[in-house]
Amino acid sequence: MTQLALVIDLNVCVGCHACVTSCKEWNTSGSAGPLCDENPYGQDPTGTFFNRVQTFEIGTYPNSETLHFPKSCLHCEDPPCVPVCPTGASYKRKQDGIVLVDYDKCIGCKYCTWACPYGAREIDEKAKVMKKCTLCVDRIYDMSMPEADRKPSCVKACPTSARLFGDIHDPESAVSLAIREEGGYALMPEWGTQPANHYLPRRKMKMKIHMDELERADNPLKVDGHLPKPAKGASSMDDASAW
Amino acid sequence: MKPAFSVIFLTTLIGAAQGLFLALFTHQSYALFGLLPMQSDDFYGYGTAIAMVLLGGGLFAAVFHLGKPIYMVTRAWRGMTQWRTSWLSRELIALPAFMGIVFLYGVSHLAGFRPVLLTLPSGQPIDLSFVLGVVGTLLAFTLFVCTAMIYACLRFLREWYSPLTVINYILMGGSSGFILAAFYAASAAPDQADFFAGWAIIITVLAFAGRAASLVRNARLKPKSTMQTAIGVKHPTIVQRSMGAMGGTFNTREFFHGKSLVFMRVIKPTFLVMAFVLPLALLALGLFSPALLGVAFVIQYIGLMVERWFFFAQANHPQNLYYQTIG
Repeated sequence: MTQLALVIDLNVCVGCHACVTSCKEWNTSGSAGPLCDENPYGQDPTGTFFNRVQTFEIGTYPNSETLHFPKSCLHCEDPPCVPVCPTGASYKRKQDGIVLVDYDKCIGCKYCTWACPYGAREIDEKAKVMKKCTLCVDRIYDMSMPEADRKPSCVKACPTSARLFGDIHDPESAVSLAIREEGGYALMPEWGTQPANHYLPRRKMKMKIHMDELERADNPLKVDGHLPKPAKGASSMDDASAW
Repeated sequence: MKPAFSVIFLTTLIGAAQGLFLALFTHQSYALFGLLPMQSDDFYGYGTAIAMVLLGGGLFAAVFHLGKPIYMVTRAWRGMTQWRTSWLSRELIALPAFMGIVFLYGVSHLAGFRPVLLTLPSGQPIDLSFVLGVVGTLLAFTLFVCTAMIYACLRFLREWYSPLTVINYILMGGSSGFILAAFYAASAAPDQADFFAGWAIIITVLAFAGRAASLVRNARLKPKSTMQTAIGVKHPTIVQRSMGAMGGTFNTREFFHGKSLVFMRVIKPTFLVMAFVLPLALLALGLFSPALLGVAFVIQYIGLMVERWFFFAQANHPQNLYYQTIG
């Protein structure tokens, strides 16, 4: 069994929205038709996107930090949006675990969005059908592309390589390794949806330096300065530095 | 959630129709066993016609819940294919099935086509209309369950995820239908109005209790999802600074009712009074002054629409955690 997924490294994401624009560009240009925009240059531009980058402030200033948080369909292993669909337009592919919508079967009733706790689906207000991240299913199997390009558009666009793509059911894949070794986690685990996409947490890049790393404890040649001489009879760390 | 008027009309109209059909057939069942005087075919037939009008209105409202109305013709049939997993699909089967049986039930009365199919050991003749009535009753309850389970099966929407949702859909639809039946009987068979009004009072009291119970339950709910589980950061203070879009998105339009807290506080007692308290008072008075039964039905219908609005608006979707701040 294959389960394709994205692993997003929150430690690296700088919130540049390159994945958002790259996703929109690829997916609005494909054979499935455009992703509609309304008032793109007006006062309240709105449109259908598969991917959003959100920003959160954690803690209280000045002890706060900024978290940029890309969010797209998580391609759950137990997707709650699929069984509720009355027409069978929403489905999960057996061969690679991608959750897709058949735009020709969707009746636009929006019931699947009610059943998704992540808000990952957005209706196309012009086509009036539900749309969502396809993991660029029209890219990743396209043999006319060089192999290096057979990745989702967002992954290709990320300037900091915060987005990894691969099969999380293959224990040797880069994504599995990242989840295993970098503490990858899933969103809202309380609902048991088993999201395939994982996030790597913010990690503090701190180096701990102890005093004995700056000044050798034994200091045999006295090159690092003089140690206080213990009093006669007092215990010392070594015989040479004492009397 | 943002209440959709198509669904408010659909659920309240077909609820009243189901209740009305159940009321008429309850009367016919009582009459079969000699507990009430059997009424003319016209009484049951024209009453069923009113139910058909309500069902048709509900179906018409449902068209506007689709992405495009034309999908009703081109794609809606696909909605019947996923009945193994989807309650919405089951409703899309149960609704036309119920309409079909109600139609045949009405026709069998109005055309007087009621061949006796079998006779009970105690001597009561079971005719075609009675068999259709039994099937229709089963389908009416099936439809109530399907409609309510569409909401009650969504475990993320905890305000709905309760058996009370199903119970209340049945009771409120029943209440609405029995009040309408009482009003209908007051003009078509005045001596039978008390039977319907009596049942209407009982069902309305039960519906009041059920809805109050769900309000109490919902007031005590604690959200399962928090900012911490939504983004996976263990820190007590997390504030969204940007949702990633400036002009709103589908997610901000579909899942927020956009009304003030004061409005929500006012709307709750409003529907409790209009859907339960006033109709009960008017039903009691209606025992003496039949015209008030019509007033009771209309006021309760408006109250039930307000109730349905509140039902949708009160549900707090966990996705809202991701859509709090434009910026």
